[in-house]
Amino acid sequence: MYQSQKLAIKYLVVAFALFGVMIAAGLLTAAYYLQPRLLFNTLDFSTAKILHINTLVVWNLMGFFGAVYWFLPQEVEREVVGIRLANVMFWVFCAAFLTVAAVFAVVQTGPSAESTLWLINQGRKYVEAPRWAALGILAIVAVFMFNIIATAVKARRLSGVLGVLIVDLVPLFVLYLDAFPSETNMAKDMYWWWWLVHLWVEGTWEVLIACIMAWTLMRLLNTSRRIVETWLYIDIGLVMGSGILGLGHHYYWIGTPKYWFALGGFFSALEPLPLIGMVVHAIYDAGVHRMHCSNRPALYWMFAEAFGNFFGAGVFGFMMTLPQINLFTHGTQWTASHGHFAWWGAYVCGLISIFYVVLAEARGARQIDGPLWKWSFALLNLGIIGMAGGLLIAGMAQTFHERALGGSTLQSFITAQASSWFVEGMWMRMAFGVMFAIGYVLLVVDLVRVGRMASVVELRIPEVGA
Amino acid sequence: MSNSHGADPAFWRAGAISATVVMLVILGLLSVNSLTVITAGGSHVPPYTAINQQILYRYDPVKGYDMPVIGGEDLLFGRRYDPEQARALVTRGKLVIQTKACIDCHTFFGIGAYFAPDLTKSWLDPAWDQLWMPMTGSKTREEAMVKFLIHPDRYPTWSRQMPDLHLTQQDAEGVVAYLKWMSAINTNGFPANFGHAPQP
Ligand code: HEC
Ligand code: HEM
Ligand code: HEM
Ligand SMILES: [Fe+2]
Repeated sequence: MYQSQKLAIKYLVVAFALFGVMIAAGLLTAAYYLQPRLLFNTLDFSTAKILHINTLVVWNLMGFFGAVYWFLPQEVEREVVGIRLANVMFWVFCAAFLTVAAVFAVVQTGPSAESTLWLINQGRKYVEAPRWAALGILAIVAVFMFNIIATAVKARRLSGVLGVLIVDLVPLFVLYLDAFPSETNMAKDMYWWWWLVHLWVEGTWEVLIACIMAWTLMRLLNTSRRIVETWLYIDIGLVMGSGILGLGHHYYWIGTPKYWFALGGFFSALEPLPLIGMVVHAIYDAGVHRMHCSNRPALYWMFAEAFGNFFGAGVFGFMMTLPQINLFTHGTQWTASHGHFAWWGAYVCGLISIFYVVLAEARGARQIDGPLWKWSFALLNLGIIGMAGGLLIAGMAQTFHERALGGSTLQSFITAQASSWFVEGMWMRMAFGVMFAIGYVLLVVDLVRVGRMASVVELRIPEVGA
Repeated sequence: MSNSHGADPAFWRAGAISATVVMLVILGLLSVNSLTVITAGGSHVPPYTAINQQILYRYDPVKGYDMPVIGGEDLLFGRRYDPEQARALVTRGKLVIQTKACIDCHTFFGIGAYFAPDLTKSWLDPAWDQLWMPMTGSKTREEAMVKFLIHPDRYPTWSRQMPDLHLTQQDAEGVVAYLKWMSAINTNGFPANFGHAPQP
């Protein structure tokens, strides 16, 4: 095994451990809606939520790093250049995460001084981590870039997938610079912040995961490189063609000009196209392979990725992407419903799939199956669908009482929060959240055992290069 | 995939690159324009000295949605802030908003967390006159806001409350100025029907 692949496993293990931390923080965050006195003035909703979404970003990034460090040496058939440094950065990443999480949990916020932004909390959604930690992430991403580019140069090999990945690293790094400013003017602040959230998370990350999934597809189903690369380019063309100006669906209400209504509405309505393409392709693959594969969990999670992305991002996003509708759904639990479902489909399912592929290869398992992964697969997916459903119901109550009838005043906010639909939606989210958490525990157990225990049943190894 | 381009990656690569480049160029041009519009003092965002004036949010029959209206002089804390002082005060407010992570409970322009009310037009919220001025024994809206922000847990209105975030007097004044200035931003009609019945 390459050194880089050992690092990959470390990254993936930590990523999935942090997935657990994130779920715990999510359950806590959800609990305040049901029990408002919970930890009041001790550890408030805001702190729990910061832990929840910042851990999300970190563990996803770690998962991507793990996947790339795993596939890269296979792709170029040599050790990754600068792997020592990459190892150092891994520990830096872990230490920085622990420090930031501890500071968030204990210190939480600081006096209104520039020093707070550097040391404690930046108070911008998803990028609350203080500036020193954001600098750390930049350094880690820089080393990651160096590893990949230097390896490609040394190997004198540049496949299409690797080329795309390298180009994608540039915006991955550059857009993260957006995690630093503290612009007074909220309109401008939000203008740039959406480059980070929409263009980074829904753009460069999409390309990153597409590259990783391309490698996975080639290993899992022996899809030919020509076909995978063709699909990759089509996907990127559609994502960028619709998504770059689709950014405008976040520019309806932040002070920006009205032409974003038409532009954002039109182009973001096209954003589901590449997602439909993925679904079609998945069904086609399923037909060709009749769902036979030596690594069934990985295959099923890959399908969950295609369908989850389509429903969560494509359908749930599409529902509220036109300005006429968004005026009333904007900033309600409806958004959270889409946010959970889309993120799940776009990144988490893919990361789980990859982890199964990596573990099977690492442990030399020829066949991976068993009952446990099916349970976790069902519980996790039903959990997220149920949560998205509960949030959607709550969001509809808000849309009706708060946005449409009440005009979004404090009083109308309270009316909506107290409405029975909202309250039931919150209980539903909690119940399915617990289900989700159980699914996670089973997933971890299965990941620990996979390929090690006696689940080696029958041999059905696809021929390499077929 | 039977036509000649079907599985020719190079063809689709060229397509992907051109789509990306064209879109990026358009986004760049539009951004230049948008940023001019949203500069403080631009056509959608008032200068910081708007905190010296009266702010209203009224239905505009021509546009078909609510628009902020900047009226005559209506001093904040009885002081008239010159442009430099106004900028400093509002900047202080933004620093408080970030360092206390208000956006992880509230939304601004509808963006943030959904645990607490949207603050885009909070300055104009009828709750200040109706609830908090009597509750805090204040004569003006800004006085009530400052008292609430310093000790929010002392003035509960329902089961969910805002915690004490250790704001100083200056912090609270900065936030109030911020919310007043922000309520004067033209947000294309969001939130709709704020503080009045829906328009027919
Ligand atoms: C832990 C969550 C939380 C945090 C953090 C928080 N708030 Fe609040 N805030 C609330 C809740 C809940 C209410 C509703 C209180 C009530 O109705 O009694 C509220 C109410 C308000 C109101 C009154 C809204 C209106 O329109 O009537 C303002 C203004 C406000 N908060 C400003 C802030 C500012 C400024 C910050 C940051 C310094 C902040 N909040 C941080 C939870 C929070
Ligand atoms: C990669 C796929 C996607 C992911 C991970 C994703 C995730 C998210 C998240 C997390 C938010 C909340 C942002 C916030 O914090 O305010 C959001 C908002 C939004 N998304 Fe997506 N999304 C995806 C794709 C899409 C698509 C394809 C559409 C439309 C067709 C869409 C439409 C929207 C809209 C309109 C909002 C704003 C909600 C509001 O007004 O409050 N998204 N998305
Ligand atoms: C047990 C499971 C989970 C629970 C109970 C939970 C709960 C929550 C809560 C309460 C919030 C705050 C929303 C608000 O402001 O009201 C939140 C935000 C968020 N969570 Fe989760 N979460 C869970 C799992 C996940 C998972 C698996 C993902 C990713 C796939 C995720 C992604 C997000 C995102 C992106 C946001 C910000 C979205 C927005 O504000 O629109 N969560 N979550
Ligand atoms: Fe978006």
